[in-house]
Amino acid sequence: MARRKPRQKPTPRKTGARQLRLSAWLSHHLRVFIASLGHLTRNPMPTFMTSAVIAISLALPAGLYVALQNLSQLGAGWDDSTRISLYLDTRANMQQAEALAARLRLHKAIRRIDIIDKQAGFEQFKQISGFGDALQYLEDNPLPIVLTVQPLVTVEQTQALDRLLAELQNEKLVELAQLDMQWVKRLHAMLAIAQRAIWVIGALLALAVLLIVGNTIRLDIENRRAEIEVAKLIGASNAFVRRPFLYTGLWYGLLGGTLAWLLTRLALWLLAAPVQTLSQLYSSDFSLGGLGFGNTLSLLLIACALGLSGSWLAVGRHLDAIEPS
Amino acid sequence: MPQANNPDRSTLITFDHVSKRYPGGHEALSQVSFSIARGDMVYLTGHSGAGKSTLLKLIAIIERPSRGQVILDGVNLNNISNRNVPLIRRNIGIIFQNHHLLYDRPVFDNVAMPLVILGYRHREIQSRVRAALDQVGLLKKEKCDPITLSGGEQQRVGIARAIVHKPALLLADEPTGNLDPELSLEIMQLFARFNQVGTTVMIASHDLDLIAQIGAPVIRLQDGCLVHDDLAAGREQSAHG
Repeated sequence: MARRKPRQKPTPRKTGARQLRLSAWLSHHLRVFIASLGHLTRNPMPTFMTSAVIAISLALPAGLYVALQNLSQLGAGWDDSTRISLYLDTRANMQQAEALAARLRLHKAIRRIDIIDKQAGFEQFKQISGFGDALQYLEDNPLPIVLTVQPLVTVEQTQALDRLLAELQNEKLVELAQLDMQWVKRLHAMLAIAQRAIWVIGALLALAVLLIVGNTIRLDIENRRAEIEVAKLIGASNAFVRRPFLYTGLWYGLLGGTLAWLLTRLALWLLAAPVQTLSQLYSSDFSLGGLGFGNTLSLLLIACALGLSGSWLAVGRHLDAIEPS
Repeated sequence: MPQANNPDRSTLITFDHVSKRYPGGHEALSQVSFSIARGDMVYLTGHSGAGKSTLLKLIAIIERPSRGQVILDGVNLNNISNRNVPLIRRNIGIIFQNHHLLYDRPVFDNVAMPLVILGYRHREIQSRVRAALDQVGLLKKEKCDPITLSGGEQQRVGIARAIVHKPALLLADEPTGNLDPELSLEIMQLFARFNQVGTTVMIASHDLDLIAQIGAPVIRLQDGCLVHDDLAAGREQSAHG
């Protein structure tokens, strides 16, 4: 492309100058980026304390988020066990039941249907209820044929589930359509509340991080007042003066985010063994999940963004006020 | 002064009926008019409180005039927005009585500041800072902390920082205020050397003996009014003669 239209290329000298300026600008940014880290490491204790406060503020919502994710995962495991039991009219015979089952199997919201005939139901009832002996005295089997419907929709889609339930209830042959595992539904409702609560807590703590970084940067600006004045006197632009403080905020965010990640790892590690024991008691193979790569990345990005915005707030408020006199 | 008699050279600084009234009513400058040509070296004298510092601050846009206009290198400074003030200051080297050095970094870094702001590359910064330190005779002190230097040396670091980016104009506010006479003369001679290579120099000082020793034109202020201007007198003379 460039070879075919050599005349459209800017003159080499101009390009060279621009490239030089760009690379000088980039190397300046890189230098400020590194220098602001150096500035932080020269005062390790205050840096650590600020980062730790940021880390705790971030680790709390992150930890709650992980806990919630684990709970939902646990809940998701129960989705398969969501059943709607259709108790058919006691007068219905097996052929009618099979015809109904065949028809319902075509329904798009239904995954699977099992038929429990009167005899099987009776045996089951005898086993589970403990009335085994008493039942022997009954003249005939009072139990209806039961179709167990496994819906395709999950419990979270409450409306779809309710619609299916109503639809099944309206079947002529169905005496009673009953949704089992009502409590899974309730669990999911509670999880939804918890999720909302975590958002609120997370938002509040994010605000706290913003203020912590803002205040730290404000103090930093006060401490470096002389430097700022001199820089402005010898022709530093506002952007030039702002830059080290913005990078400092970014570093605080990154350090805080990394520490927060470590804290959540530590908490998970501490909880892993007791959770294992509990899930073994329930003979489940459930084990605690961590933040994962995507969420870790989000945590770090959010932390950096908060650090940067916090310092931006402080810089915007306090830096312009410092003018040489 | 031979330079002052040449009316063809362009003016670098023009004060046109400039007044400065500070909030509270104190009038630091009133109706001051003068002009300085490119390459001049001028002393600004007057007792303390006469308005010398204010005058210098108006040139560096550290203060803005209440009335009148300051024209620097053809640019009316009243038209410079706060955003563009740094661009003006980059062409000026400013030297203060109390040095304004940063004590948390070595001499080299202090002197390098203007070049860093201007975006010079590392290698060029090194050579230019060394050249500037060489000019003020402090080449061997580049790694020292400013606090370990004597008053005169600190002042020379300040001067090196002011000239390192080769500004067209050098402003000095009582640069010898804290120095003994011998050191003061040395510093003033340093300014004269910069002037010889083409830098316009404006020095505020109340030390009349010292000024007499150097022998440059003087602008004298009294209670904010201009009462004596060697440059204007020189121009008049050449016009009449």
